[in-house]
Amino acid sequence: MSIAMEPRAHRGNLGVEASATPVVNDLVVTVATSNGTGSQSANLILMRAIFGMGIPVSGKNMFPSNIQGLPTWFTVRANASGWTARRREADVLVAMNVESIAEDIASLRSGAILVITKSLASYVTRGDLKVFVVPFDELVVPVCKDARLRKMVVNILYVGVLAHLLDIEMDEVKNAIGRQFAKKGSAAKLNTDAAIAGFDWAREHLPRQNEFTLRRANLTEGKIIIEGNQAAGLGLMFGGITVLAWYPITPSSSLCEACIDYLEEYRADPETGKATYAVIQAEDELASIAMVIGAGWAGARAATATAGPGISLMSEIAGLAYFAEIPAVIIDVQRMGPSTGLPTRTCQGDIWKAYQLSHGDCKHPMLLPGNMAECFEFAAESLNLAERLQTLVFVMTDLDLGMNSWMSAPFEPLTKPIDRGKVLSDEDLARVGEFARYKDIDGDGICYRTLPGSSHPNSAYFTRGTGHTEAATYSEKPADWAGNLDRLTRKFDTARKLVPKPVIKMTAGATVAIIAFGSSDPAVEEARAILAAEEGTKTDYLRLRGLPIGSEVFEFINTHQIVYVVEQNRDAQCASILRLECPDRAPLIRSILHYNGLPIDARSIVEGILAGEKRSKPS
Amino acid sequence: MTSATIPSDGSEAPAIGARKPGLSNRLNLELKAYKGGESTLCSGCGHDAITSAIIKAFFEYGIEPHHVAKLSGIGCSAKTTAYFLNRAHGFNGVHGRMAAMAAGSKLANRKLVHIGVSGDGDTASIGLGNFLHMVRRNVPILYLIENNGCYGLTKGQFSATADRGSVKKGGGTVNEMTPIDCCALSIEMGCGYVARSFSGDPKQVVALLKGALAHGGTAVIDIVSPCVTFNNHEGSTKSYPYAKAHEDPLHELGFVPFFDEVRVDYDPGTTTVVKLPDGSLITLKKLGHDYDPTNRSQALDLLNKASVEQQFLTGLVYFDQSTPPFDEQMDLVPEPLATLPASRIRPPASALHAILERFR
Repeated sequence: MSIAMEPRAHRGNLGVEASATPVVNDLVVTVATSNGTGSQSANLILMRAIFGMGIPVSGKNMFPSNIQGLPTWFTVRANASGWTARRREADVLVAMNVESIAEDIASLRSGAILVITKSLASYVTRGDLKVFVVPFDELVVPVCKDARLRKMVVNILYVGVLAHLLDIEMDEVKNAIGRQFAKKGSAAKLNTDAAIAGFDWAREHLPRQNEFTLRRANLTEGKIIIEGNQAAGLGLMFGGITVLAWYPITPSSSLCEACIDYLEEYRADPETGKATYAVIQAEDELASIAMVIGAGWAGARAATATAGPGISLMSEIAGLAYFAEIPAVIIDVQRMGPSTGLPTRTCQGDIWKAYQLSHGDCKHPMLLPGNMAECFEFAAESLNLAERLQTLVFVMTDLDLGMNSWMSAPFEPLTKPIDRGKVLSDEDLARVGEFARYKDIDGDGICYRTLPGSSHPNSAYFTRGTGHTEAATYSEKPADWAGNLDRLTRKFDTARKLVPKPVIKMTAGATVAIIAFGSSDPAVEEARAILAAEEGTKTDYLRLRGLPIGSEVFEFINTHQIVYVVEQNRDAQCASILRLECPDRAPLIRSILHYNGLPIDARSIVEGILAGEKRSKPS
Repeated sequence: MTSATIPSDGSEAPAIGARKPGLSNRLNLELKAYKGGESTLCSGCGHDAITSAIIKAFFEYGIEPHHVAKLSGIGCSAKTTAYFLNRAHGFNGVHGRMAAMAAGSKLANRKLVHIGVSGDGDTASIGLGNFLHMVRRNVPILYLIENNGCYGLTKGQFSATADRGSVKKGGGTVNEMTPIDCCALSIEMGCGYVARSFSGDPKQVVALLKGALAHGGTAVIDIVSPCVTFNNHEGSTKSYPYAKAHEDPLHELGFVPFFDEVRVDYDPGTTTVVKLPDGSLITLKKLGHDYDPTNRSQALDLLNKASVEQQFLTGLVYFDQSTPPFDEQMDLVPEPLATLPASRIRPPASALHAILERFR
């Protein structure tokens, strides 16, 4: 089994030791099922019901690259302090899957609660667990007459059982079911009946447990629960995307599908019903990025979304976009490696490759959203930046951000207007007269462009990837080529000021400095709280939100002694970029790395920092 | 199906397709308005003859040069987009990806006439997948394959269109592999305008180009264009002598543009007329073949036979208007997406609030 449920070290200030008084609003429930059984609906209902009680919650789905029959785990974390990163160990395990049962039980911490389906009860050989055996297969029969539906309905039964055991309000369970099956009345009723049956049976037959309880709070009011792929799809739609070309790949497909749904709903012309956008499902990623740059060249706001394998295929055209200076956006929902290499597991493993994708001195601006609001904003803003900088812009999310359920404040409407960048119209050309496509008029490395179809006699130019003069004529002269490369460096320096600035949190008396980005943020914030509470160690924290780095990041690195860079890959990809940018500080930039395919947890960061600090102290 | 036989009064048909252009065309533009930069290809290259035909066809058809987007991939063929229509924006992309780039560009600005110039390596090898999917989508584009059966820019390697039995220059290597027939593949993929020609037959090339410009969807013209440097020797089936000796036109081709008021008469039973979406006519005067270009199975059969017998058939091989062009399939607004104002591509904040309500 690939979920590391290590024994809990300590709960620190985040809970209390097991005792007569239960831990309130702080627990992790993991449900082990097999995929394709409809358990995802039940798990979302469980999460939603807790959210409905006003308790901060997150849901992380650890699923196989498969449609039916392989083990899958869903973890719900409820935490009154708002810590929603993955936690290593579960407090409660619902064991429904024979395939993973032995490892599931073995991985539990001592004293954990195990809710187990009766047919698997014989696997329980440990005496240190609080075991609740439930005859799910028998309970489902009277609830669901249709034998074919039972393997799905049985999942809602455990929601009812958990509601009883953990004091989840049944009204919230019913609300969550109504929401989940809003368009299917009969399914809503069937599932509600099943949840009630599970709850009633548990109340009658199971003893109380006094370790955990969930109590109504008011910590989720006004909040939404959303997946990053939905947020980014929404961002592209509001960002004014006009051409979306994509090829299905986990975990980015649901981003494009969400975007398409929003486009169909909100971007039909109000008078004629005709589309103000075009969507192409391409034949491969070579084609999807080629379509994007073809569209960008002709003046569309064009984007694609993909994952690592797609990025690899897009490499050649990424270079063309860089050298021909064509606006384009790639959203990379990062996942583990190629082929059958854990496509359904998260990582931040494309940073280095994407940053310099292609051949011959390429580098690309990159936006690094760390929460749902930023998935929305940065997806929208990437279209502006691509046109402003006339280049390929990456938005780097990952499977954890993209496909898991995150609590968020509702997104603010976009405040930045749609920016088309330096485009010369026929009227502009009539006024200025001259036009040289690759001439740096403003000194910021960004040149003016015209769009195909412009009628001014000076408008047309010929676009090439290789050497060109300022006037876009063919050239292989060394001075032309070097001059162009140097100007592109100036443009990249302009990008430093245009990508989102970092979020910096300084603490009085801080002795440790952390840099992180993307989906690591909740785990870093939780780690900072643990370090402060358990070790008295105060931390400064810079959350990187864009590359190339700007003055704020240079200053943070230069004014701290040791900086720990937290990232979810093996090779310290972001730290390597920072070391190259700040060569004088390179030995002081350390890495805390997490790369087992699971979302990073706070404890890993705490351990990394403590180990690093121990190393620093003179012995 | 818009093919019809036009009745005749028995008078002799004039030379169709030779609409005598004056010094200027219907837009009052002269031929020079359609020219491009100087060619840097080898002297005598078939591609240059095709470039001249393109200039002539666009001039005679009367398209505003700046209303054209020129795209190409990589190879000798790809260079030629710089040699015509200086007033049009051009994009020399990467090897094999022009078909996909053009699809994106066309969707961004559907008002622009798109011409893509490709070669046999660009289309039939590295870009075959993208080419076929472009055809399958029916992206409106005039797609030319300047087919010389070899890789000229990398010095003469066989391409995937080299005929079985072709001999490589100098080395004596014989190609034993089945050639890819881009015309047959295009018909398989539902292409509505499929033609084959020879760079040494400018009259036919110009007529086919004009017909392609009038066609609404993907128009594929596969033009055998001998490589004078690497593939113009005795063992080549894509050489000038071979093509000249083996060219077998399906029909004598003519083109009558929609704006031409001259109406012509034809010998009954000997001429087929194909009406194009903009009202232009292609006339196909029968020669030796009893051939109907709207018959898909006959077209495929003919290409197959020609391939087996190593015949070099030229003309309009297949024509069909039944598939709507890609931009129509997408039901796009008529204006270019590229220049829609911000108000039309960003819904109001109220829409955001309504969507977020669903996530509460």
